[in-house]
Order: sequence, then structure tokens, then C-alpha cells
Amino acid sequence: MLLRRLLGWLDDRVGGARFGSKALEKVFPNHWTFLLGEIALYCFVILVLTGVYLTFFFEPSTREVVYDGDYAPLQGVEMSAAYASSLAISFEVRAGLVMRQMHHWAALLFVASMSVHLMRVFFTGAFRRPRELNWIIGLTLLVLGIGNGFFGYSLLDDLLSGTGVRVAYATALSIPLIGPDLAFAVFGGEFPDESIIPRFYTLHVLILPAIIGLLVAVHLALVWRQRHTQYPGGPRREDNVVGIRAWPGFAMKAAGLMFVTSAVVAALGGLAQINPIWTYGPFRSTEAVAAVTSASQPDWYMGWIDGALRLFPGWETRIGGYMIPNPFYPGVLLPTLAFGVLYLWPWIEARYRKDREPHNLLERPRDAPLRTAIGAAGLAGFVVLFFAGSNDVIAGAFELGPESVTNAFRVLFVVAPLVTFFVTRKICRDLQRSGAKPLQGLPHHRIVREGEELVSLPAEAAPTEEVEHPVP
Amino acid sequence: MVGGDGPAAGGGEGDRDPRVGDDAGEPEAGRDGPAARASAAQADEVDRVDDEGAGATAVRPLLPPTTADKVTAGVFIAAAVAGLALLVVYVRGGNPQAEGVLLAIVLGGIGIGLVRWSHEMVGPEPAVEERPPLESAAARRREFITTLEESSRPVSRRRLLLASVTAAGLSLLAALLLPIRSLGPSPGRALFRTSWRNGRRMVTAGGQAVAAEDLRRGNVLTVFPEGHEQDEDAATLLIRVDPEDLELPADRMEWAPEGLVAYSKICTHVGCPVGLYRESTHELVCPCHQSTFNVLRGAEPVFGPATRPLPQLPIAVDDDGYVVATGDYPEPTGPGFWNWGT
Repeated sequence: MLLRRLLGWLDDRVGGARFGSKALEKVFPNHWTFLLGEIALYCFVILVLTGVYLTFFFEPSTREVVYDGDYAPLQGVEMSAAYASSLAISFEVRAGLVMRQMHHWAALLFVASMSVHLMRVFFTGAFRRPRELNWIIGLTLLVLGIGNGFFGYSLLDDLLSGTGVRVAYATALSIPLIGPDLAFAVFGGEFPDESIIPRFYTLHVLILPAIIGLLVAVHLALVWRQRHTQYPGGPRREDNVVGIRAWPGFAMKAAGLMFVTSAVVAALGGLAQINPIWTYGPFRSTEAVAAVTSASQPDWYMGWIDGALRLFPGWETRIGGYMIPNPFYPGVLLPTLAFGVLYLWPWIEARYRKDREPHNLLERPRDAPLRTAIGAAGLAGFVVLFFAGSNDVIAGAFELGPESVTNAFRVLFVVAPLVTFFVTRKICRDLQRSGAKPLQGLPHHRIVREGEELVSLPAEAAPTEEVEHPVP
Repeated sequence: MVGGDGPAAGGGEGDRDPRVGDDAGEPEAGRDGPAARASAAQADEVDRVDDEGAGATAVRPLLPPTTADKVTAGVFIAAAVAGLALLVVYVRGGNPQAEGVLLAIVLGGIGIGLVRWSHEMVGPEPAVEERPPLESAAARRREFITTLEESSRPVSRRRLLLASVTAAGLSLLAALLLPIRSLGPSPGRALFRTSWRNGRRMVTAGGQAVAAEDLRRGNVLTVFPEGHEQDEDAATLLIRVDPEDLELPADRMEWAPEGLVAYSKICTHVGCPVGLYRESTHELVCPCHQSTFNVLRGAEPVFGPATRPLPQLPIAVDDDGYVVATGDYPEPTGPGFWNWGT
């Protein structure tokens, strides 16, 4: 009764019952690969909630303090208030460490789930017309997520993250023409300036989350408006949507997934130590410069850029008294090219395939061998760079010279994408010819093939039964 | 709407369709099993029509729980218990591991319960809806564009106003961009200089002056200019090697008194402190990206991404035996930048 009165009150004032009815009945296609983006969304929710809690205790300042907190080994050490308050969150604030670790794990998962979601969209051709705009927004969300992750872990002002900021500064400095001015503007002057922490803080807790939140809203609104893509087969056609209704099935399932995602993050936050800043020590101290830095690896999503910095040979460009320093090529040019190709991909592909038609049915990766092979090759390059970011650790673990490990990675970076390209393309073509069935998930989630325009299959190989749905 | 060929409809192990049962207001009807009823598509229709009427009859009998329901309820109850336990842990002082695990059980319990429950909400048949075209009808689109153009005519025809408002807008933009300049000082020559000066003593991070005799062969020490221990750019490695082994350029032989050589500690690649010294090969290694520099040959890069040697600091030993600089670095320390060589 209360609900009726409340809804009546609201409808009297703003209307919307018609929209509400339609919304309840909206159909969402159902496939586990469609949950990856959802997981990213829930990670963002967790990040906001845990992040707000952390802001109550964190002091974004480089003000120098002498530590007198609970962690005995650092007592009496000079450090920034940022680092000291991060230690306080970890050791003195009750539930602080769990919140901090959940925040960090959620950030890693946020970028990871966005990346895997991106791969799903890429390899199934979901970015094709009419969804180019959402492809652009999604990629921007990934870039912003990576950026905000970097700002976030830099705030703690520990020795490891300080090293990361230093690399970022040098990379900004390396940009031709505008580098020095840009680096001084962003970092407040010559590294390490006092203003870095408060600036990154504003970006990290206000500006980037606001933009991310806004873009997430637009991203979802577009999915709502354009309706979700679906895999071909059974009753699914270009002009219909087959799945489960928004209410209560989809909503409840989605809410369930949100809680399960949070549960995984909570378990990680409680049990899996992440970024133990107290073992790194403070960044802002003369001792830090004097100290021997051991192997330093950034968070996973920056690993490929760090790997590229390590692999790139000792080249730089001199033009008279001017210079394009070495870090520009792996640190600026490579990510710009990688993301540039991704941003333009829908148009590159549309032009190459001469296909500018709208598509609501997804393609299986094998049915677009060239795209799949290019994507796989790109991934191979990414993986090589990622592991190259740990060349010192690998060299240590296998007792090899760092030089030989680096050289091996240099060769791999060229060879692995090429081999992956040709092998993937062959596998795709062979699969197309053989008509082998796709990997089957749970029985009620089977992907069924259909349609001669997709693959040249024996006619009887196109089953018509629909087994999409869970049995109640 | 989908045809009623759902093969899975009869396979439901929960022996009721909650949706129909609920809306019919009669649990018995719902327990006949899905097969007994019309196709799910029809059920969907009926559902929505019924909703109006069903609400009017205020009392709706509850459904008796099935086995699946009992399991789901058990999961929810476990979540509730874990929530209480979390409260206790917190009140009693907290423990990160216990907090994480209990929170995971609360959240996971609710999540798994909801997902289990949602399976019951989904009928045996997939829901199907039309996907109307996204684009507007051609006439509608034309009408909009024409209206926009026509109603904009009073704007576009006022050339003078348009030009002047554009000028004002551009100048506002320029004025708003100006404060960006305040974000950082102009680099000027800041990147070219450190605080090393002729006669300035070398001190350790702790401020201790460094005497030549403090270092034995093979020793390395991180030093700063006296009174400028916070100047990171000036961080310098002082190393003693066998003077016989040194292969410095001829004009720099004086910079290495008694086999003491001083190189910038800031890597020329991206500026990490070059923190590792391989004494056997006389090589300095940067822990960040493994750039390697030969100490005997003026810290020339021998491996890794660094392209330039670590700049060498001219030094001398003063009358009291302390090591002093005889000037600043001859070139910028640290990572490269556009106007590095100007």
C-alpha cells in the first residue's frame, strides 16, 4: 500500500508510469560474457564506497612529520603526512586496512574487468555500427580508470609509488617541444615538488571519478537505448532481443552479481596483502634517494608501459641542440599508438570490410579471422611487455643475466605477435571449415550457430532448438 | 512473441512457477507444474494483465517454501549470522583477516542468495521483445532539421552579432586558459642546474662531511652538496677506484683525485636513483629499468635504455682532506628533455 501511494505521489508530479512499465519489461540478453562490464561497474561502486571512507582519514599533504604511530620499525622516521596517514589507516584505524586493501584490489579488478570486457566487445564485433559511440566511451573509461589508478597509488607517497611518479614525470618531460613546460605545469615544478600529492588527490577523488561516473551513466544509457547485442542462434535475430526481463529476473541477478563481486573484493581485502607500503618506506626523504631501490614493479595495468621502457633500446633523437629523449618512444608514442588504433578500430574495420550496416548480432571470433588475429597479436605484444616489466625479477628467479633476459624479451616482442597473428588466423579459418562446435558452457548457456552468411556449414549443422534459459 | 516450443519447460526441479502462482493469487494453480499451463509466452501476457486486478484483492496467500527456497534462505541466514559476527569482531578491536572473511560471507551470502532467487524469477521461456530501428523516421528527421535551420535563421543572419560574440567567446577562452600558466613555474634553466658549486663540500644524507680517506677502493657513497641535502638533482655517487683503471677523457682526468670519481645518481633514462654497484665489473645499475653504466669510462651506458652517461661532477680534495666540488655538473642531470642541449 505504501509503495502504491509513494509511486502515485511521484507519478502525479513527474509522470513516468509508461516509461516505468516499459522499463520493467525490457529484455536483456543473457550470456556470461555480458557480465564482464557489469563487474567493472560494481568495482566502481566498491571503489567509491571504500574510497569515501579512506578520505576521512587520509591527509593529502607533503607536510613533514616524524612518525610516532603503531608500526614500530618506522617510529622516529621523517615522512610526509600523506605517508604517515596511510600508515595510520593501515595500523590504527579499525577496519582501515581492510578498506584500503579492498580499495586497491577493487581498482585492480576495475581495470582488469574493463580490459576483459573490451576484449569481449572487440572479438565479437560488438563495437560495429550502431555502437561506435559506446566503444569510444568505453575506451575512455579504460584510460581514465588506468589514470585514476595511477594517481591513487601515487598518493600514498611511499618509495615504490614515488618511483612511479618519477617515471611519469620523466615521461611527460620527454614530449618534444612542450615537455618541460607540461611537466612543470602538471607536477608543479621540478620533481619532486610539494604540490604533487594534493593535486593528484583532487584529480583522484573528485575530477576523474566524476568524469568516470558521468561516462558510465552515458555508457549504460546508450546500452539501454540501443539495446544489448546478442549471439546469433535460436530465436535471436537482428530485429529482436531475447533474454530475461529487467524486473525481477535481471535486476535480481545483477544485484546478486554486485554482492558476489563485493564479496570477492572483501575476501581479497582481508586475506591477500596488497601494496604493503610500510615495507617500502617513505618516498620523501634524503634517505630514500640514498637507499638502494630493489626491484620495483607498478600495478599490473602500468606493467606493459614499464616493460616497454625497459625493452626499448638506448636510442634517442638529436636535432641540433634539441632532443627527443628515449622515454618518449616507449612511454608516450607506444600507448598513444595502441589506444589510437583501438579508438579508430570501428572505422578501420568498417572501411576494410566495406561493412557499414548496423549489427545487433555478434560475430564469433572465428568468423572474423583477420580481426581476431590482429587482436590476438596485439594481446601477445601486451603480454610480452607486461612480463618484460619484471625482467629483473625473472632474471633473479632463474639466475640469468638481466641483459640476456632483456634481449630475449626484445626478440619475443617482435616474434610473438607475428606468430600469434598467423597461428590465430589459421585456427580461425580451420575452425570455420571444420564447423566444430564452439566451447559449450553450462547447458543452458549454450551458444548455437545459425545462418549461412556466418559460416559455410553443412546444412544440418544449424540446430534450431533454443536452450538459452535456466530452468527454474 | 516466442512460440511455445520450450523444451526445458517440463524439466524444472522446483515444481512451480512463482510468477504465475503469485499473480493468480492461488498457490495451487502454481503447483501443477509448468507443463500444465499455457506456454510461457501466454503466461507473460496473462501476468501483466492480471497485475492490475490482482492488486485490488488485497490478500495474497504466501507460497510454501520449496527445497530450493530453503537452501536459499539458509544462505541468507548465514549472511546474517556473519554480519553479526563482523560486528562482534569490530567491537572487540578488529582483525583485518576476520573482517575481510566475514564481510565476504555477508556480501557473498546475499549475492548468492539473490542469484539463486533470480533463477526462480525467470520463466522457462526466454523473454523476447522487438528491436525497433534506432533511427527516426525520415520525415521526422527532415522536419527536425528544417525546423532547426529555420528557427536559427535569425541567429545566422546577424553577421555582426555573430562575429562579435565569437570574438568575445574566444577571448574568454584565452583568458580562462591563462591561469594554467600558474600551475607551475616556467622551467627556465632549472633543469640545467644543481646546487653544486666550486668549493662546496660533499656531505652524506645525514649531513656528515666526507673526507677522501673515508672511502676505500670499491666503496660507493651517496653524497649531497653541503647545506643542500634536500636537492634531489644534486644526489651524487662518490666512488673510489684504482686510478690506474680509469679511462676518462683527457680533459676530465683532473676530476678524479686519488681515484675518486663522482657521478650524478639520477639516471639519465627516467631519473631513478642509480642504486646498484657491481664492483667486479665497475658497473652502476639502475634498479628501475636496468640501465648499466661503466664507472671507469666516464659512466658511459653499456646496456639498457639509457642513452647518455651519468654526468660527472668535477671534484677535488681540499686542504683538510674533505672532498669538494670544483663546479656544477657540466650538463643537465637526470632524464632528457626537449631543449637539453641548448
